[in-house]
Amino acid sequence: MKTDTIAAIATAMGRGGIGIIRISGDEAFNIIDRIYRPKSGKKQLSKKKSHTIHYGFIADGEEIIDEVMVSIMKAPNTYTREDVAEINCHGGITVTRKILELVLRNGARLAEPGEFTKRAFLNGRIDLSQAEAVCDIINAGNEIALKNSLKQLRGQELEIIKGLRDNLLRDTAYIEAAIDDPEHISLDGFSRELHEHVEKYCKIIERLITGSRSGKLIKEGIKTVILGKPNVGKSSLMNLLVREDRAIVTDIAGTTRDTLEETIVLENNITLKIIDTAGIRKTDDAVEKIGIEKAVRMAREADLVIYVLDSSTPIDENDESILSLIEDKKAILLLNKSDLEPRITMDDIRKKTNHPIISTSFTERKGVDELEKMIMEMFFQENITQSEEIFITSERHVEAFKNALEALNMVKESIEGGMPEDLYTIDLMNAYEELGRIIGENAGEDLINMIFAEFCMGK
Amino acid sequence: MSFIYEEYDVAVIGAGHAGCEAALAAARLSLKTIIFTVSMDSIAMMPCNPNIGGTSKGHLVREIDALGGEMGKNIDRTFIQSRMLNMSKGPAVHSLRAQADKKAYSDSMRKVLENTPNLTPRQAEIVDILVEDGKIKGVKTYSGSIYPCRAVIICTGTYLNARCIYGETVHKTGPNGLSAAVYLSDALRRLGIELFRFKTGTPARIDKRTIDFSKLIEQKGDEKIVPFSFTNKPEDLKREQVSCWLTYTTPETHEIIRENLHRSPLFSGEIKGTGTRYCPSIEDKVVKFADKDRHQVFIEPEGLYTNEMYISGMSSSLPEDVQVRMYRSVPGLENAHIVRNAYAIEYDCINPSQLKPTLEIRNIDGLFFAGQINGSSGYEEAAAQGIIAGINAAMKLLGREPVIIDRSQAYIGVLIDDLITKETKEPYRMMTSRSEYRLILRQDNADLRLTKIGYKVGLIDEDRYQAVLYKEKCIEEEIQRLKKTVIGANREAQELLISLGSSPLATASTLADLIRRPELSYEVLESIDPERKPLPEDVIEQININLKYEGYIERQQRQIEQFKKMENKRLPEDMDYNAISGLRLEARQKLQKFRPLSIGQASRISGVNPADISVLMVYLMQHNAKKTKETNTNGDLSGRENQDGE
Repeated sequence: MKTDTIAAIATAMGRGGIGIIRISGDEAFNIIDRIYRPKSGKKQLSKKKSHTIHYGFIADGEEIIDEVMVSIMKAPNTYTREDVAEINCHGGITVTRKILELVLRNGARLAEPGEFTKRAFLNGRIDLSQAEAVCDIINAGNEIALKNSLKQLRGQELEIIKGLRDNLLRDTAYIEAAIDDPEHISLDGFSRELHEHVEKYCKIIERLITGSRSGKLIKEGIKTVILGKPNVGKSSLMNLLVREDRAIVTDIAGTTRDTLEETIVLENNITLKIIDTAGIRKTDDAVEKIGIEKAVRMAREADLVIYVLDSSTPIDENDESILSLIEDKKAILLLNKSDLEPRITMDDIRKKTNHPIISTSFTERKGVDELEKMIMEMFFQENITQSEEIFITSERHVEAFKNALEALNMVKESIEGGMPEDLYTIDLMNAYEELGRIIGENAGEDLINMIFAEFCMGK
Repeated sequence: MSFIYEEYDVAVIGAGHAGCEAALAAARLSLKTIIFTVSMDSIAMMPCNPNIGGTSKGHLVREIDALGGEMGKNIDRTFIQSRMLNMSKGPAVHSLRAQADKKAYSDSMRKVLENTPNLTPRQAEIVDILVEDGKIKGVKTYSGSIYPCRAVIICTGTYLNARCIYGETVHKTGPNGLSAAVYLSDALRRLGIELFRFKTGTPARIDKRTIDFSKLIEQKGDEKIVPFSFTNKPEDLKREQVSCWLTYTTPETHEIIRENLHRSPLFSGEIKGTGTRYCPSIEDKVVKFADKDRHQVFIEPEGLYTNEMYISGMSSSLPEDVQVRMYRSVPGLENAHIVRNAYAIEYDCINPSQLKPTLEIRNIDGLFFAGQINGSSGYEEAAAQGIIAGINAAMKLLGREPVIIDRSQAYIGVLIDDLITKETKEPYRMMTSRSEYRLILRQDNADLRLTKIGYKVGLIDEDRYQAVLYKEKCIEEEIQRLKKTVIGANREAQELLISLGSSPLATASTLADLIRRPELSYEVLESIDPERKPLPEDVIEQININLKYEGYIERQQRQIEQFKKMENKRLPEDMDYNAISGLRLEARQKLQKFRPLSIGQASRISGVNPADISVLMVYLMQHNAKKTKETNTNGDLSGRENQDGE
C-alpha cells in the first residue's frame, strides 16, 4: 500500500558524523512506531509531545540496525506543515541506506527531487514571493535526477530495461488488439504463454535489483582488483589494508581457487571488496597468458583497479598491456618498493598513464594512508553531491524495479486466479510505466502505436 | 440578396449522427433549435458500415442513452442482428454491436427529429457563420437567408471540401454522391480556425444475388438480445435476425493489389489527407502485413430494403477495373456484381486542440463543434460529441453550469479529453485501451454512471431517475447481505459445490466469498440461500461483477480518487504561461496552445513533464493567494473546485 508520506535522506552522505532521514506526511509517526524501539519504557513515539527528541534504536524486526535519536514534530509547526519525524543515525552510507529502505518498506515513498520544499510551499510554509526559487529547486533536482539515472545504468542494463519494456508493451498490445478486434485476433491459450513471459520478466528484474551498479557499490562495496606482476607486493598490500584493527566483514572464498576476496570497511562506512589476483604468479609462459587474460576480465568488471609496480625493476611489455587495459577505468598506480634503488621513476610512469600514482613502500607501511584517502576521494569525498546522487538514484531504481515486480506478480496472480485477460493489462502497463521512470520515458501513446504497428486491425 | 429568415436559439449544421443528438438535446432542453442538412433524405445516414456499436463504441452508445440521447433507442428500433462481442473476456470489455437496416435507421431518426417540439429541420447549405465581437450572431445559407441565433453547433462530418477518390477518378462530392460543402471551410479559416485534412474510406457494395453463400461461413445473431437503451426490455425487442457472412482474401487478391499499387491515389500522391490506422484499406493491409496470406472479409447486409451487401475489411481506393478483379478473387464473390464502388474520401476537419471540454471553440463565444469535423471517426464517436455539444450549448444559453464528463466517468470523457488534449494527427477512433479506468466504465453500468447527470441536465425524466436510484439501492443492499450471510460446511452446501465443480468448504464461508470463485455465481447458489428475494437480471449482473472483481475495482477507485484531485485543481483561463519562467520552453508553448482547464488535463499534454506540473502547482498557489488578497474574500487556496459531474 502506498501512502502519500515521503522520506529521504536529509544530510550529505559519505561524510562521517550524523545521517538524518526525514519522513513527512500523515503516516510519518505510524511508520516510526513500527521501526523504533525505545531504550526504556514502551510509550510509542506517536504519543509523545511535539518537538521532542528521543533516544533509542531502529530495528528491522529483531535485528537492531543502529542507535539513533528521533525527533517528533507534529503538524502544522514543521518544515512541510505535515507530521515530520527525523531519524538521526550514525551516518555512513550503509546504515543510512538501510534505515531509509526500512522506512520505505513500512509505507513511505521516496521523495521526488525538491518535494519537501514543494510541500512546504504548497502548505503555505514558504513565503509566496519565493515561488520562483522553489520552482528552480524542483526543476534542477528533476534534471539532475534524470541525468544521473541514465548515467548510472550500464549500457547493458539500459538495453535490458528497454527490451523488457518492449516485451511488456508487445504482450499488452496483443491482448488489447484482441479485445478491440475480437473477430480478427484470438486470445486462445495466451494466458499460459503470458504466465511464462511474466515469470521470465520477474527473474530479469530480480537480477537487475541485485545487480544494479550503484546499488552494488553501496551494498557490496567498491569492487577493487589488485593487479601486478609476481612479487611486486600485492599480498603485502592486501595484508596492510586488511589490518587487524579493522573488522573483516566477510571472508568469501574466491569464485576461482586462485583469487582471494576480502571485504573491508574504510572510514565512514565505505566498504571495499578487494580481489587479489594471486594467479598471475605462475611463470610458465602458457599459464602466464591465461593469467593475463583473467586479469583482463577482472579488471573489466572492477569498479577500481589498483596496479602495483615494482620500482626496482624496469617496465616490460606486460606492464604496457595492463596499462592500456586500464586506460578507461578508475585506477590508482602504486610505485612500490620506494625503499629500494629505483629503476622506474614517477616521471617514467606519468608518460604512460593519466591515472594517479602514489609512491609506496609496503615494508615501511609508506603510502597506504594516502591510498585510502585517494580511494575515498575518487568515489565519495571529491564530490559529496555526486555520492549522494548515486545513493538516491540507486534507491529510486530499486523502488521502481520493486514496483514493477509487484505489478508483474499481480499479473501472475490474475492468471492463476482465472481472471479474464483484460485485467492483466492494467498491471502489465503499470510495470511498463515503472520501468519507464528509470529511463525517463512516459507511456504516452506507446500502447496505441504498438497495437497499430503490430496488429492488423479494423474493418 | 440576403434577408433575415427567422431567429433561433441554436442552429445545428448537419443532420448526421452528431447533428441529430446535438439538435435533440438542445430542443429537448426547450431551446428553439433549427437543424440544417444538405438533404432531408440523408438524416442519420450511415454512409459506411451498416452497424452500430462494437468494442468501446457500444459503450459510447449506452452512455449516450444514459444521458438521454437517441442513438440507443434508434438502433433498438431498427436493428436486424444483435451480438454481444468479447463474451469470453471480462465484463469491462463485453461490447454490444447491432447490424442496422440503414434506411430504417435513417427514417426512424428523421421521424424523431420531425416530431420533437422546438426543433425545425431545414434543407439548406450553410456557407457562413456570422460572428460579431467574438460572439455568434447567426448563420447564412447558400441562397442568402440569414438565421440569427445565439449558438451554432457545426456537425458537418466529412462534407467540408470533400473529394471521393478511386484510382484516377475524383468526384467532388460528399459521401454517397451528396453535394460537398465547399464554402464553409473558408468561412472557418476567416474566423481564425485551424483546419486539418483527413481521409477515410469505404468498401464496395455488392449485389446479394451475385454472391455464392455456400462458400461463406454464416454468422448468426445472439439468441439473447441485449438492448442498447436502458429503457428497453429484451423481450420487447425480439425479432427475426439476418445473418452476416465470413470469407477470406486469397493470395490472388493480394497479387492483384500489389500489381496495381502504383495506380492507387494513395501511392500516386493524389490523396494528401491523413488516414486512420484503425480502418486501413485492403491495400494498406497487404503492404503493411505482407507476411499474412489472407485477411478476413465480413459480408454484411445493408438492410432489409435492399440487396446491397457491405464488404467489411476491403475498403479501397484502387481503380474500378482493379476493384472488380480484386473482389472477384475472394471465395464466394467470384461472380460478384458491384453496386457501388469502394472509394476513399478526403475532407477538412478542425484541429480539435482549439476546443474546450464543452466542445465550444476557445476563440468564439457560442460556436460549438461535434463529430467527424473534430477529427474523430465513427458514428458513435460523432453522436457522443453531439449530445455533449448540444447540452453545453443549451447550458450556456440557459446560464447554467457546463457539463464536463471526465475520463473517470465515461468513455465519452476519454473521447473528448483525448481529442482536445492529445495532438490527434489521424481520424480518432474510440478503443477500450484508451480508457485507463475501463473496469469502472463498463457498458453494463452506464446507467448507474450517467443517468444522474442526464437527470440534472434535464434530458432524463423523474421515473427513469428514480428507477436508477432504486437499482443502486437493491445492488448495495444485496451485496451487504451476501457479505454477512455465512454458509456452514453442511452437507447440502458441500453437495452443491461439488456438483458445480467447486472445491468443498473447509470452514464456513460467506455467500460473497463463494460468488467470488471463478466457477460460481450468484445464480447457482440459490438452493443454499433461502433468504434471497427475487431480483431483476440487471441487478444480479451488477452483484456478480462487483463481487468477483472487487479487488480490481477498488484499486481503480483509488486511482480515480488521485485523478480527481488533479482534475479539481482548476487553472485560470487567462493564465499567461509564457510568464512562468520556471516552465521549460516546450511546456510553456504547449500549455499556451492547449490552455488546459485543470492541472490534471495539463499533465496529459505531451511535452509537459511532472516537474512542469509541480511548477504549475506552485504558480497556481501563488496566483490564487494573490487573487484572494485582492478580492479580500476567504477563497480556497487550493483552487476553485470543479462544479460539474457527480
